[in-house]
Amino acid sequence: MTHETSWTAIGVFAFFVAVVLGISFYLGAKAKSAQGYYAAHGQIPWFVNGVAFAGDYLSAASFLGICGMIAFYGYDGFLYSIGYLAGWIVALLVIAEPLKRLGKFTFADALDSQFNSRGIKLAAAISTLVISIFYLIPQMVGAGSLIRPLLGLHDFAVVGLNVSAHAIGVILVGGIVTLIVVTAGMVSTTWVQFIKGGLLVIFCAVLTVMILLRGLAEVPITHEFGSPPAYIGMFDIPGESVIAESGNWKGKPYLRKLFSTGEVYTWRQEFQNGKPIIRQLNSSYPGEHTLARLTQTVTVRPDGTTLVNGLPIGHGEKQRSLTSVGYIDKLPAWSLRKSRNRAELLWLSTLVGQPNDQSPTGPLDPLTYIRTLQDSTIVLWGNERVLEADGSVTTVFFQKPTPGKEILTPGGSPTFGGIRSNDWRKKLDFLSLMIALFCGTASLPHILIRYYTVKDQASARKSTVVGIATIGFFYILTLFLGLGAMTSGTLDVTDSNMAAPLLARSFGELPFAVISAIAFTTVLGTVSGLIMAASGAVAHDIMANFLRIEMNDHSKVRAGKITAVIVGLVAMALGILFQKFNVTFLVGWAFNVAASANLPSLVMLLFWRGTTKQGITAAIFVGMISSLAWILLSQQCYRDVYGLPPEQALVPFSQPGIVTIPLGFLVLVAVSLVTQTKRAATTQ
Amino acid sequence: MNSTSPPAKPSTDDHPEVSAANARSGLVLFFIYLAFYAGFMGLATFAPQAMATPVLAGVNLAITYGMGLIFGALVIAAIYMWACSRNARLYGAALGGTGVSPVSRGGQP
Repeated sequence: MTHETSWTAIGVFAFFVAVVLGISFYLGAKAKSAQGYYAAHGQIPWFVNGVAFAGDYLSAASFLGICGMIAFYGYDGFLYSIGYLAGWIVALLVIAEPLKRLGKFTFADALDSQFNSRGIKLAAAISTLVISIFYLIPQMVGAGSLIRPLLGLHDFAVVGLNVSAHAIGVILVGGIVTLIVVTAGMVSTTWVQFIKGGLLVIFCAVLTVMILLRGLAEVPITHEFGSPPAYIGMFDIPGESVIAESGNWKGKPYLRKLFSTGEVYTWRQEFQNGKPIIRQLNSSYPGEHTLARLTQTVTVRPDGTTLVNGLPIGHGEKQRSLTSVGYIDKLPAWSLRKSRNRAELLWLSTLVGQPNDQSPTGPLDPLTYIRTLQDSTIVLWGNERVLEADGSVTTVFFQKPTPGKEILTPGGSPTFGGIRSNDWRKKLDFLSLMIALFCGTASLPHILIRYYTVKDQASARKSTVVGIATIGFFYILTLFLGLGAMTSGTLDVTDSNMAAPLLARSFGELPFAVISAIAFTTVLGTVSGLIMAASGAVAHDIMANFLRIEMNDHSKVRAGKITAVIVGLVAMALGILFQKFNVTFLVGWAFNVAASANLPSLVMLLFWRGTTKQGITAAIFVGMISSLAWILLSQQCYRDVYGLPPEQALVPFSQPGIVTIPLGFLVLVAVSLVTQTKRAATTQ
Repeated sequence: MNSTSPPAKPSTDDHPEVSAANARSGLVLFFIYLAFYAGFMGLATFAPQAMATPVLAGVNLAITYGMGLIFGALVIAAIYMWACSRNARLYGAALGGTGVSPVSRGGQP
């Protein structure tokens, strides 16, 4: 899809960045010590820290990825919301207070507090680095895809050098974030995250209210895809000629016709009992006609040019762009009676300046909104890729009218579809991801370091509760934002990440500008937290504690800043390299690695006196390496990274958590038991 | 200009006995929530069709249970806060001789 430059969006974003940088420079003047740089002097008020947790945690993947997944597939995106939030219970009830009690700057400090072991410091620092970088990739990729609609940028060439819009987005975010981190470390990072967390939640709440007040409507009959399936005559008439089935199109359920305008129309056949529906119409339309629904196609030719429905992509003459979609096919009859609390809802509409009684359902309360969708039929979009004889690849996007009942239960997406089958491996894959999300939150290094910015255990506890409230509220909103995007006619079938910003556009340019700018600020908040975590791991854990380089307070801060710049550069390079990757999936994997590497050590250190330093070191390395290896040997990697047939993958399902988290615990206990007896023997 | 920092100053709320009591309360609540979450995973994995049953005002079980897990986390967090202030009060009284009042420290931003 093509996007126009939105100057309002650029203005709003520039304003956010200016405010954030202003705060950074102001605070940077005050944060000179290592305690200030790494832990914001331990003086952040608990409420601010709590909202900053939300700013840290609610990444681009949460915001854009979940909304997009709900908009495209329904309930399955909400599964991520549930898992991401539930993980905070582990953080609050098990990890928060002991971690605050035991550590100083990084989570390696806490693990190592009883042992003073260089092995633990190295292991914890390496796992922090690996997880941070794993988590950084999807954030940077997200920044790259956001820049297109925000600035309306396209790939262009300067003096023969190809510059991609994606790369500009990545470099812009990377540059700003590195600047923020270098000026005032954890102090400015915290305030960036506080501002971003607050803005994100408030604007998503406003957007949700607007969605509910707008109510629901069926697809307008005048819309390109508004008409029911039609009978298509597959023979030449003046202005339309049939394209013969050839190559990979053979045997596929598509009918194609070339029009005199140069446009290629593609329909997908409807089936009854597995057979196409073919009929003779009346005398004014002689010949056999097949029942079919119109599709949209995108063709990428070997020279890199893109065609939409057979014409070059664009808005000009003899050009075509994709039509925005996402409609309800049929509302339930009961919803057309105006709701009982309509008077109050209408009053609320006028109050927020959105007098709207245009939709057939009128304004809806949250529960009725969901119940209406549950009883509706909604047109979702599937896609199929066809490799053409000349090497171009055509993707057909076709309509899939789906009952709301199915959309609002788990298992609708390709990712989790397996739970509706009887394949135990697919069921285990789902369980494994849900376990990793539950255990992963409390093991993410950029979340853990936030416990050192408050003054005591009570503040750590209170800020976690504020974080849970903020994040939980946001995740409830994601359901309405996603479902709103699904039914507001604004979806871009090629890009699920854009569902939320495009939904905002249906309310006007300003909401779109604000949401895009916030989404971009979202990336800033999370990336700065990750760079901070990585910089602490290298400068504090590896250089000062593992290599035992003598550093005074000043040089420790300088080492942290230099590391931050290097990590920032690495993140930018990876963000450009991994452009094509699915953002949500990568985040899921980061949770798996974090949970496998860090959780066993954290938990056992707190609850088992027999834990030894060798046990912790071994558990971190085994958890990290086994989960990484599992991911690299999974079906997804075979298909998306190596381009090998996924059936050859060596592991039975793609999410490692269910195997590698228990493995970490097992290794820790086994190694601890062995090293314990040794110690006992030598002391005798 | 010292690379080793001063030890974290122990706050009264961080007294070992209060911490231990808080940890116990935390674990109990954790297992309650874990059971709630495991029930959800089990239903979604082994009985996805049951998730379509309407429960709350016609809204299906999948949405109701999911929302329940999110609100449930908040409820558990609130109970835990209450338990911690209770622990501080109980042990604070037992440690009365130290002249500290952990309760009064709560809620200070």
